[in-house]
Amino acid sequence: MRGAKSAKWVAIAAVVALGATACGGGGDSKGDSKAAVDPNGIFSVESGEPQNPLQPANTMESYGSLVVKSLFSQLVSYDSAGKIVMVNAQSVDSKDNKTFTVKLKAGWKFHDGTPVTATSYVKAWNWAANPANKQTNSFWFSDIQGYDQVAPAKGKPKATEMSGLKVVDDNTFTITLSKPMPYFVYKLGYEVFSPLPESFYKDPKAAGEKPIGNGPYKFVSWQHKKQIQVAKYADYKGPDAAKNGGVIFKNYASPETAYEDLKSGNVDVLTQIAPKDLPVYKQDLGSRAIDQSFSAIQTIAVAYYTKQWKNIDPKVIQGLSMAIDRNTITKTVLNNTREPATGWVAKGVLGYKPNVAGDVTTYNPTKAKQLIKEGGGVPGNKISIQFNADGGHKDWVDAVCNSITNATGVKCVGDSKADFQADLNARDAHQVKSLYRSGWVLDYPFIANFIRDLYGTKSDGNQGGFSNKKIDDEIAAADSAGTLEESEQKYQEIEAQLKDSMPSIPLWYYKVNAGYSEKVSGVKFNQAGDPILESVQVTKK
Amino acid sequence: MPDVTKTVPEAAAEDAAVAAAGGTLPEPKPEKTRSLWGDAWQDLRRSWIFIVSAGLILLLLTITFFPGWFTGADPTHGDLAKHFLQKPKMGKFFDPDWLGYDQQGRSVYARVIYGARASIAVGFGTTMAVTLVGGLVGMIAGYFGGLVDSILSRLTDVFFGIPFLLGTMVVLNSFQDRTTWVVIGALSFFGWTQIARVMRGAVITTKQADYVHAAQALGASTPRILFRHILPNTLAPVIVVATISLGVYISAEATLSYLGLGLNGVSWGNDISDGGNQIRVAQWIMLYPSIMLIITVLAFIMLGEAVRNALDPKMR
Amino acid sequence: MGRYVARRLLQMIPVFLGTTLLIFLMVYALPGDPVRGLFGDKGGSPQVIAQLRHQYGLDQPIWMQYWHYMKNMILHADFGTQIASGRPVTDVLGDAFPVTLRLAALAFIIEMVFGIALGIVAGLRAGRLTDNAILLFTLLLISVPVFVLGYILKVIFAFDLNWLPPNVNDSTNVNELLMPAIVLATASLAYVTRLTRTSIAENLRADYIRTAIAKGLPRRRVVGVHLMRNSLIPVVTYLGTDIGALMGGAVVTEGLFNIQGIGGTIAQSIVRREGTTLVGLVTILVLVYLLANLLVDLLYAVLDPRIRYA
Repeated sequence: MRGAKSAKWVAIAAVVALGATACGGGGDSKGDSKAAVDPNGIFSVESGEPQNPLQPANTMESYGSLVVKSLFSQLVSYDSAGKIVMVNAQSVDSKDNKTFTVKLKAGWKFHDGTPVTATSYVKAWNWAANPANKQTNSFWFSDIQGYDQVAPAKGKPKATEMSGLKVVDDNTFTITLSKPMPYFVYKLGYEVFSPLPESFYKDPKAAGEKPIGNGPYKFVSWQHKKQIQVAKYADYKGPDAAKNGGVIFKNYASPETAYEDLKSGNVDVLTQIAPKDLPVYKQDLGSRAIDQSFSAIQTIAVAYYTKQWKNIDPKVIQGLSMAIDRNTITKTVLNNTREPATGWVAKGVLGYKPNVAGDVTTYNPTKAKQLIKEGGGVPGNKISIQFNADGGHKDWVDAVCNSITNATGVKCVGDSKADFQADLNARDAHQVKSLYRSGWVLDYPFIANFIRDLYGTKSDGNQGGFSNKKIDDEIAAADSAGTLEESEQKYQEIEAQLKDSMPSIPLWYYKVNAGYSEKVSGVKFNQAGDPILESVQVTKK
Repeated sequence: MPDVTKTVPEAAAEDAAVAAAGGTLPEPKPEKTRSLWGDAWQDLRRSWIFIVSAGLILLLLTITFFPGWFTGADPTHGDLAKHFLQKPKMGKFFDPDWLGYDQQGRSVYARVIYGARASIAVGFGTTMAVTLVGGLVGMIAGYFGGLVDSILSRLTDVFFGIPFLLGTMVVLNSFQDRTTWVVIGALSFFGWTQIARVMRGAVITTKQADYVHAAQALGASTPRILFRHILPNTLAPVIVVATISLGVYISAEATLSYLGLGLNGVSWGNDISDGGNQIRVAQWIMLYPSIMLIITVLAFIMLGEAVRNALDPKMR
Repeated sequence: MGRYVARRLLQMIPVFLGTTLLIFLMVYALPGDPVRGLFGDKGGSPQVIAQLRHQYGLDQPIWMQYWHYMKNMILHADFGTQIASGRPVTDVLGDAFPVTLRLAALAFIIEMVFGIALGIVAGLRAGRLTDNAILLFTLLLISVPVFVLGYILKVIFAFDLNWLPPNVNDSTNVNELLMPAIVLATASLAYVTRLTRTSIAENLRADYIRTAIAKGLPRRRVVGVHLMRNSLIPVVTYLGTDIGALMGGAVVTEGLFNIQGIGGTIAQSIVRREGTTLVGLVTILVLVYLLANLLVDLLYAVLDPRIRYA
């Protein structure tokens, strides 16, 4: 999860920086510099070695997805308010939220000159969904009808193509889902749903080293462990054409070194600020410092399968939540890099409402003690919070623990796992002893991503064993709602009830803390916390 | 950190081997009062290095066993609202405010005092484990020779060949809770080879001595020969290496903490690592544990140096 | 001589096998699974996970995995494939190795030149103030942890004085590599100094030196030829074994100065549970170490006429 970005180990533990990052909108930003702009100027971005080959359905961590996003455009994208913007699609329509008709804009070409057609999409998706091709993000296609034939849970695949995808003509195709989903269009903005050129299938491995896409930039070179370079694609027809000549993604071992290089002018855009520099980066960079919220949330999840919490009265969890002084912790230990959360859904997501959790997220030691007492106390009077030591979480875990202990007398210790793998392993194997830190960056900017995908009994993101029949039923109802608005409203109702069952303790929303050099202007970040590369402007020398 | 760790015992071994060659042979003793150890003690008492390091180590041991004598503050109690990054108040000696407060609002002074325990425990624990295991392996290999020696020597090579810090990192990663024992175990797992090599060399030299042959001829049992006759004459180089590596293991623990793999709990390494994030606003959080760490490591390395000089007649 | 080398090479085989097996077992014991790790918080499609596990042979028992790995390595020089990137480990190695080699070489030169020079000065003035000052200085160098030292140097030379670049962007630039090389070299430098000093001080009192002086040879020649040649033998041994340590020991230094070398790659492989990459890298390091040791022993014969290998 993205939270790892502040870790000193971030490069080494790039796994930790996993963020199934959604596609950024083509935000039109106005240049904020008075100096003349060089439309062919090249700038560099702090990054790391992508973990996987650069295949659109195969990049899950942020380094790779940043590059892939610059090379590939999808059907749609969304703006900072969470509204859909058409990119490669002329329109995506549906009458029943089950069958969607996609019409493509004509005349789009891949970087190798071949046209982008309906087949480019359908074939690419079928290829990526096929387990034989081992794409890490293949489960994204599971909403589409026929996915269970291509990738059955057990036994041999019965088909190689999903029956839900049909090419109508060169610029039209239809997507049929296995069941209606009013917000499916939002998912189409994710880079997994990219088209692929015909040349890809000849040697997918080589294509992952030298990708050919349809996006605003075309691939130039990849010097492993050093840098990746992309250049402006002159024939690009989308709304998010590049305002600069190209980007160099520079590999950094740690954000500290990148920051030092920013100051000495060796790199232009940072996507994160090292913990060491956070207290002073605004002073150092002045107006070139970026402090902006993005759609991610940190929570403390409860391991409901443990003896301690199995039959707990939610009042106890509410009490623990009220014992956490979010305001002071975000201001001090976290250097204002987070904003206290007041609900379970992150900002910038369609359906977000402030103050959903009411006073449950307000610091109140007296009430906290009282609620814990009413709920029968914390079994054992001792809790632990599991976290991964390589993710930069130690400071706030210590602070949260101190806050809980000081306010309620419940003993609290951080349970540090050496790295994200060990942390994940304990969670997967249901070996968490008490509580664990959990974070979530949006996959698509719709409220369902923060409710259904985290607190549904069988959701992938639900690793704490939380299960509530009523909530499951209401999620099903919200998913089968007739319109997007109706679905959004139903999900908001579910979120409002979460404080009665406390599947997790919301802590804070993430912010992007970044910066840029004097050479560039117009640097903005999207909801996923990634820089919007196309809109960066390079100053003439 | 084999930057430091790997190289230190190595150098110590070379030096110790030199010491072993001349220093530990039972020489004819015309005057009974002048034994190797007696000479060494006479030497040590006059060495400024020894006096300074022994004094420091005594102080550190006192801090380790009686932290309460030095501070009444609780090193784990933090108050963000009141003490977040509060500057040191240099006039207030031994007060919790003395060295300032850290990012959790905990007293840096209290943490520096209580942190000694972890470093000393890891240093002594690892050195003891390493000396026991390495000493035994080296002694058996050196004394029996032949196939036993070949097998044990190759085994030592196997563990020696893997870079120390990297090996330790892998071992530590496979434990869920990094207690003092786990850290000691991980450091010892790759650390014992040094002592084994030194011991083996010393035993091979010693077993040629006439009095060992005499004991064998008289039918003394193998354990008796090993522990009664050979061991006392091989101790000198082992003690030298062990003392120096004590400092090195303390430093190694701090480096592991820096890499996020240190002890769970109060330790200088953890505080240096955490304090590094505040370096630009609150240097004292990192500064004081660093100073304590450097002094501690220096004290043990100096002691080792002094002991070596004393035990090696060629150095006089 | 030939027989000696042959015997030493034969001895390397069990050590080589043992080291690879040990590291293999250690990686196997780590919690977590490289394939599952690719999917992070979100969890992935079980079909794809199963496919990947099968492709990399992770569904086989450890002994079979080890057997296949060694077979491919020895017969085809195939060190396996990095799971996340799908790149051959030899490629990954090819990226990281030259970088580390350059860093280690520079550190080696620094440690050799300055270590021996300081050692000679201290040895020739044994017992005097200069000697004690150098002693204290070297002990201090050993005591300061690498990460503290690296940070101090950065602040002084890069930020305050602006003499050296703080980080390495181009690993072929000696100017950029200088500071990390100094940090990497310090501890070893201190040992080289101690060793040279002891050796010099000892040999200074040896009979052959007295003879040389008595013969009326100029002091420069006595020190430069007779003393040096005999005093440097233990130093050469130490330097030889240190090559391996310099190469494998740079995890902290590489991280501090943004160097994309072996140390960082190994640390990354541990975190990602990339067993094959890890075993491949460590194997190379072990080979370097074994060969360096052999070379040192052979050098002995050249330097010291008293030693002859049958």
